[in-house]
Amino acid sequence: MSLLSTQRLTKYFGDTHAVDHVDFTVAQGELLALIGSNGAGKTTLVNLISGLLRPDSGRIVFRGTDVTSQSVYGRIRAGIARSFQLVNLFDQLTTLDNVALAIFSREGKTRNFAYLADHDPKVRQEAKEVLQQFGLENKAGMLAGGLAQGERKLLDVAVAVALRPKLLLLDEPTSGVSTREKAPIMDIITAIVRSEHITAVIIEHDMDVVFKYSDRIVVMHQGTILADGTPDEIRTNDQVITTLIGTQASV
Amino acid sequence: MNQNHTLNTSIPRFPWKVLGYAGPVVVLLLVVPFVADYVKDPYQTILLSYGLIMGIAALGFNLLLGYTGLLSFGHSAYFGMGAYAVAFSVKYLHVTSMEVFLAGGLVATVVVSALFGFVCVRYTRIFFGILTLALSQVLWSLAFKFFWVTGGTDGLRVPTPTLLGGMIKTSQDKVIFLSHAYYYYVLIIFFGCVAVMWVIVNSPFGKALQAIRDNEIRAEFVGVQVRKYRFVAFLISGAFTGLAGALWAPLNGLTTPDILYWPFSGEIVFLTVLGGFRTFAGPIIGAVVFNYLKTYAVGYTVYWQLLLGAVLVTLVLSMPLGILGTVSRLWLKLRKSR
Repeated sequence: MSLLSTQRLTKYFGDTHAVDHVDFTVAQGELLALIGSNGAGKTTLVNLISGLLRPDSGRIVFRGTDVTSQSVYGRIRAGIARSFQLVNLFDQLTTLDNVALAIFSREGKTRNFAYLADHDPKVRQEAKEVLQQFGLENKAGMLAGGLAQGERKLLDVAVAVALRPKLLLLDEPTSGVSTREKAPIMDIITAIVRSEHITAVIIEHDMDVVFKYSDRIVVMHQGTILADGTPDEIRTNDQVITTLIGTQASV
Repeated sequence: MNQNHTLNTSIPRFPWKVLGYAGPVVVLLLVVPFVADYVKDPYQTILLSYGLIMGIAALGFNLLLGYTGLLSFGHSAYFGMGAYAVAFSVKYLHVTSMEVFLAGGLVATVVVSALFGFVCVRYTRIFFGILTLALSQVLWSLAFKFFWVTGGTDGLRVPTPTLLGGMIKTSQDKVIFLSHAYYYYVLIIFFGCVAVMWVIVNSPFGKALQAIRDNEIRAEFVGVQVRKYRFVAFLISGAFTGLAGALWAPLNGLTTPDILYWPFSGEIVFLTVLGGFRTFAGPIIGAVVFNYLKTYAVGYTVYWQLLLGAVLVTLVLSMPLGILGTVSRLWLKLRKSR
């Protein structure tokens, strides 16, 4: 059963067809990798699904409801969360507060200005548990701006996970981190996604990461979907190999 | 670790701890009238009242600048609205009760803040600043041109009011009234405003504002409705500033269009930056210090604006974190070196 589907989704930037009549589905519970060369339209597609961009035409259906015209807020309430390619955190807040804010928001408590946020033991406990899942419990009191890049990447995902989404969109969760750090980061993220039964779409350039962790791979090229299949199917897809040679060393 | 990290971690998290730090200051503020009487200089108490009132305005202003990341150049509008609401209620409704003044000032300011905020929070950065400036100048020109209503440049007189529902009557000696009963009245409201603002900035709502300040897009993607929250912050900020204006009018005894004019907005920005807008108490300290600086600069030279300008440039260059920010930093360095 598909959790999300797009129907002829289109986004142009001037003459560039960033996303061109894309029909795309994500099944409940899967970990889907979205790959393609730079400019293929991966991030634009994620931006359209998350509500950062408005499509020029087409529909986005999430859990049977058309969310195409919904605001970012509406989509988050519906269960779509995301992380960003360039880490987007609240640098002047502590690591714990970054996660706690997502929990406050999820529970509709950010409207409340009549009590101290630090005096909400339930939220603080849950935030600590989320940080623990991501191995960041020792950084709880540190300002997010002071974390190392790998930790910032993890916190970015932790903030999204704290919203308890049904669909998690991860835009290059290992970009900007050393090769040595990639596998541990992906191990943590995938373990949490699986244990929390979150459906995830991951944009990734590192093919080792893609083939190791994903259930299904969608290949984009020039705004359209070039191929869609299991890692083994994609690995042996001639069209994919031909198209991506030159941009990736090998598939 | 950059300087902002140092600053933020230095903000105490528990009110009791803060009260421990603030205790001596509270005692000092309580005994000021006695000391001033002892040295036969009640004017110092009145001067401090001005500082505390500007401190309330600065607290309100800093909710936007320090906590939401919005620089308003139009806070004279809300301060002036609070003051004019008091002056109008004296002239046209013959009200003498301070509580009615405050209620009227708050209502008028919230209405104006809601109207201006509805327009302004759609924009950020320089566009927000210019819009707030432009709208405040609309109020100034109305006060200036509709002189048959507002008194024009002559302004409107505001006599000393009765306090606590008439329990404390107006004294014959205005200086005694202002330096005692009215000072304590201002002081209690000041303490109330500080406590309320402390809770607001440390509440989940306050955290959401700080999130908007740090990263607007990310805030939206954790489910914070950015424009709505900015609007509420704008309203609260305006209400605090309007309350300050309502307290200021009886103290000053005269409400003129000067307090609606843009240089007054500049003063609020000045004193907030002077004290340190990245700290909670910085704007209050800036307000009190600025008030003394201005008073003595005015008495010292006719070129007082030049003097204040030079002081500001020097302070911004030498202490970009403001007075409290710099002191906090030095204190932390000292503690680390031990």
